[in-house]
Amino acid sequence: MKPLKKLLQWLDDRTGLVKLIEAIAVHPAAPGVKWKYVFGSAVLTTFIMQVVTGIALLTTYVSSSGSAYESLQYITHKAPLGAFLRGMHYWGASMMVVLLTIHFLRVFLMGSFKFPRELNWISGVLLMATTAAMAFCGQIMRWDQNAVFGMVVVARMAGHVPLIGTWLAHFIIGGDVVGSYTLSRIFDLHVFVLPILLASLVGLHLHLVLRNGVSEPPVPGRGVDPATYRSDYRDMLRKEGVPFWPTVVLRDFVFALGVVLVVLLLAWVVGPAELDNPPDPSLINARPRPDWYFWWLFALLALLPHALENYFMVLTPLVIGLVLFSVPLVSNRGERHPARRPLAVAAVVFIFSGIAALTVAGWNENWSPRVNASPLTADIIGASSGPVYEGAMVFNKMGCLFCHTIEGHGGKRGPDLTWIADQLTRDQLTLRIMNGAYNMPVFGRVLSTAQTEDLLDFLSTRKKFGFATGKQQSAVRPSRPPHPGGIDRGRARPGPRWPTIPLAGAGFGRRCPAAHASPEMVQRQGSSPPAG
Amino acid sequence: MKIDDNNRAGRSGAEDPGRRRFLVRLSVAVGSLIATMAGLPVIGYILLPVSRKMHRQWVSVGPAERFTVGDTVLVSFENPSATPWAGVTGKTGAWVRRVGDSNFIAFVLNCSHLGCPVRWEASPKLFFCPCHGSVYYEDGTVAAGPAPFPLQRFQVRVRGGQVELESRPIPITEATERE
Repeated sequence: MKPLKKLLQWLDDRTGLVKLIEAIAVHPAAPGVKWKYVFGSAVLTTFIMQVVTGIALLTTYVSSSGSAYESLQYITHKAPLGAFLRGMHYWGASMMVVLLTIHFLRVFLMGSFKFPRELNWISGVLLMATTAAMAFCGQIMRWDQNAVFGMVVVARMAGHVPLIGTWLAHFIIGGDVVGSYTLSRIFDLHVFVLPILLASLVGLHLHLVLRNGVSEPPVPGRGVDPATYRSDYRDMLRKEGVPFWPTVVLRDFVFALGVVLVVLLLAWVVGPAELDNPPDPSLINARPRPDWYFWWLFALLALLPHALENYFMVLTPLVIGLVLFSVPLVSNRGERHPARRPLAVAAVVFIFSGIAALTVAGWNENWSPRVNASPLTADIIGASSGPVYEGAMVFNKMGCLFCHTIEGHGGKRGPDLTWIADQLTRDQLTLRIMNGAYNMPVFGRVLSTAQTEDLLDFLSTRKKFGFATGKQQSAVRPSRPPHPGGIDRGRARPGPRWPTIPLAGAGFGRRCPAAHASPEMVQRQGSSPPAG
Repeated sequence: MKIDDNNRAGRSGAEDPGRRRFLVRLSVAVGSLIATMAGLPVIGYILLPVSRKMHRQWVSVGPAERFTVGDTVLVSFENPSATPWAGVTGKTGAWVRRVGDSNFIAFVLNCSHLGCPVRWEASPKLFFCPCHGSVYYEDGTVAAGPAPFPLQRFQVRVRGGQVELESRPIPITEATERE
């Protein structure tokens, strides 16, 4: 024991670090610092784990656009422990994002960002932004098809920035195509720039935590007064403070142990994210989507009114950043307890319900046409021959199924047509199919008269409350005057030129009569030259 | 020895404060000069790719007789500006349609919304984007979805019986398309 003590003494004499570390280890912490306070150190644990697993993965990963995918295939499927290590890195990233969010919520709800910890908060916001950037770059470094098109999407989004958009997009991808420069840039960011930034910010954050002390649990009615807070806090520490190590640290370690175990378990049981197709921009069967923590943003961009998109793409990150930055500057004193801050709690509930709802929407991806939708079967059609059946085949063949569902088959981009005949008359259906609608292409130019009639016969059977079943309907096909063909058939039809649409039961089509009766619309259909 | 002298002079206040201010400024200036000299080439190197204009070249995608009039087919070719280590990432795709004897149209794969690859469906004669549901008619005009402008096209020519496309950057904004 004695030589060790001597060594420490010598080290401290020459460096001054031993006493410093000792002082940090046993510094007094607020007594109420219990389990709610374990998340920050757990984030640090995951960060260290990411650094270590990342260094290990780099012994095999190749950052060249021609070889990255192969090297990852090798790591995932051949290298001993490769899949496990990639799994640790993958789930570690997810865990870091989750814990960071919880830590952030804890700090916000308990008002810990108030005086004198404003910069603790701001350095935390920067840490969050850097972590998000790390997570995104990590996903791109998989360098599969998803990653390549993910970069195209990012470049296009950057292109929406006013004035410097195109320049910025080219700066991000390193040229005017996504290619070898792109991966090298992302690699540089993920492995050098962002980790150095993260480590520096972690250092700053920890320094601030030590300097300002961990916030004591809030008490309703006892707000922060900058004039007296510091001396009150010091008095409280002197009277009731508990040593950081081992009292606080032990709890942190127990929780971190749980976190690491969960990551190891996920890496072992679920494994890393499966690699998509090779990073070949000429392959088209891609369906790029980000990792789960960006689904809400992904959904937001898909569901926005298209006219707002330009503003949103640029303003969303700006506004989020500004709001987060200004939180402690706007309100750095007063009540800390959530029970006395109903607006803050309401904001959290509102924002997180929104993010949760958007995440679910991002998971479902209902806006995406299902190009691989399984075709309608005779069972669903209710016929195996005749016009109704033929009509259903047109429905299968013409891509209607990509966007419309019938009895669970098909996409969800457009309205569910399972019981469409209860909602729209044959004339109304004709109008929509021929002329298109909001977010629906004009089909008048590709459907033959016979196909249209068959399709209408089929759709007319989709009645829940009507009497006609598919088979009956097909037997008694109404005789209609033959259409002259082409898109103008509405004019040849006897009766009113534009059938009136009952507003009830046709919710998605209220605007159709107005939109489609306009001369431009007719003009547009008539004048668009068939390119082929 | 000299430094010691200066220190003593500083402490006793004998040194001219103007001289000290000058030395502070000079050291900041020298430091900035070092950073600028070393930093400029680095910044230049990182920014260089932005101004690097793609060298547009005509690339063959196969003999004309391989294309049937009216059909829209996916072709893939090596992007001439790709680096030697680009691997499959150096490829580019296009939807090529023969519309006449020596008349071809070639569409860029990237959706005009956010750049996802569109796929051609021959029966409804539509291009579908899998990402956010943009749909284009066969002439590339927007039929549905968030796409802000029509599908971009490649320049196409037939030389010596070969169909050739002019390589081009990925579409970023409508403005870059019109250049």
